[in-house]
Amino acid sequence: MSIEINHLTYIYNQDTAFEKKALDDVNLEIKKGQFVGLIGHTGSGKSTLIQHLNGIIAPTKGEILVDGENIHRNKAKLKEVRRRIGLAFQYPEYQLFEMTVYKDVAFGPTNMQLSKEEVHQNVVSALETVGIAPELYEKSPFELSGGQKRRVAIAGVLAMNPEVLILDEPTAGLDPKGRDEILQAIKRLHQERGITVILVSHSMEDVAKLVECIIVMHEGKVAMEGTPKEVFCHVKELEAMGLAAPQVSYVFAALKEKGFDVPLDVFTVEEARKVLLNMVRQVSV
Amino acid sequence: MIRDITIGQYYPVDSPIHRLDARVKLTMTFIYIITLFMVNNFVGYFFVIAALTGIIKISKVPIKFMLKGIKSIMIIILFTAFINLFMTKGVHIIWQWGFLSLTVEGVILAIKMCIRLILLIVGSSVLTLTTTPIQLTDGIEYMLRPFKKIGVPAHEIAMMMTIALRFIPTLLDETDKIMKAQQARGADFDSGNLMQKAKSLIPILVPLFISAFRRAEELAMAMEARCYHGDENRTRMNRMHMQKGDYRALTMGLVYIAAILGLRYATNFFPFII
Repeated sequence: MSIEINHLTYIYNQDTAFEKKALDDVNLEIKKGQFVGLIGHTGSGKSTLIQHLNGIIAPTKGEILVDGENIHRNKAKLKEVRRRIGLAFQYPEYQLFEMTVYKDVAFGPTNMQLSKEEVHQNVVSALETVGIAPELYEKSPFELSGGQKRRVAIAGVLAMNPEVLILDEPTAGLDPKGRDEILQAIKRLHQERGITVILVSHSMEDVAKLVECIIVMHEGKVAMEGTPKEVFCHVKELEAMGLAAPQVSYVFAALKEKGFDVPLDVFTVEEARKVLLNMVRQVSV
Repeated sequence: MIRDITIGQYYPVDSPIHRLDARVKLTMTFIYIITLFMVNNFVGYFFVIAALTGIIKISKVPIKFMLKGIKSIMIIILFTAFINLFMTKGVHIIWQWGFLSLTVEGVILAIKMCIRLILLIVGSSVLTLTTTPIQLTDGIEYMLRPFKKIGVPAHEIAMMMTIALRFIPTLLDETDKIMKAQQARGADFDSGNLMQKAKSLIPILVPLFISAFRRAEELAMAMEARCYHGDENRTRMNRMHMQKGDYRALTMGLVYIAAILGLRYATNFFPFII
């Protein structure tokens, strides 16, 4: 399924002293199977934007088309849209409430009126995907570690079998191990199930490593759009927006300044390793 | 729906009313509430409405915000009106059915009661809309100081109020977030019968309570880490000072009381005023 956003404008607390324009004429298209990174400074409108995508908030102006159909035209279909476009909020572990991990993950699919077997299948497969072992299924979600809680919460969204998965800073506040586990799970989902993923992140490293396309938000508008290479070339502009390029690219810029002949479009540690090893080999030959 | 609650909803604009000392505003609100119960005729109510409208104009807060509070007590107002309409004994009977009787006296009393309740709510919203919660509790703490001698924990009460007020918007935001998150998982809060609706609150209430307890614990820890130990030897960052405008406001308050008293006893001389 594809998502199309046309002239989306959203104003918080319209007609009061607290009025604030969060989104200003946003136009985007997200194609099926894409892995999209959404970056932007705090308050740039990222969270507001993703909440529009599955109809949690309705636009002040403009429209959101899912497979060509305006999601707010038919209220009855909104629930179906929410199933197809899964949204995991920031700190999703704060929404856990059930007695056991299993029951909490089953909350979504049960609301979707699936049969008992289907619910069971979805729950087990979602928990497997995020790497939660079966012996934890009957535990209280509040007994788990921070990283486990987060993964259970994300499984709660996955269990609805969404075709699009939106994650708002899924790694915020986690230790490196927890972060890697989550990112691995997301990567697997994208590769194996082919679902569209929209990842909101503050970590340029994660974005550079994972996504195919980056959308940069600034003051409620789409400031840039393109592949990581295209976007991260504009370091000056990014910095002006309170963002940055991945750290590796700064290392390479410094190397260039010192007179080394290195390419400037290196944005992940993997790539950097390859390039540097190549250089070392050439020198030693 | 949740956003309609006006308590602790400060409206940030600059106006002479906003700049008044919180103690003055508290005193005036107190006087205002007492005088509301002294007024006994329509001329008096007209005067109070005129005074209140004037104050709201000066405060630069849109009238819409002031009236928001009425919505939340609509049921009480309607109930009061109903009781007064049909339960008041009087001589000028308009309509009667069993123990219910509609009298001219009842109609007049019901109208007066409704005006009184509405004025009470709108008048006290002026206080909360023009005073930041911090100023308000500082003012309350100051006014409660004389009662410390008889064991009223003025500082603790003020601190508790500050914290409670401080957390109202936070908890509302939290509720909003949790509701959205559960909606994204297909939760439905609006349809179904009463039992189903009550059940659908569990996915909101459990996380809300957990986060409230977590916040309370974190706050207590943070306060202790900064050596908070209550009232003893505590100095204030913002000391309250009475300005010229404050004295002017108090003088106007005295004029207001005199006018209210005058209008109350005017009925003794002009019996045709109802």
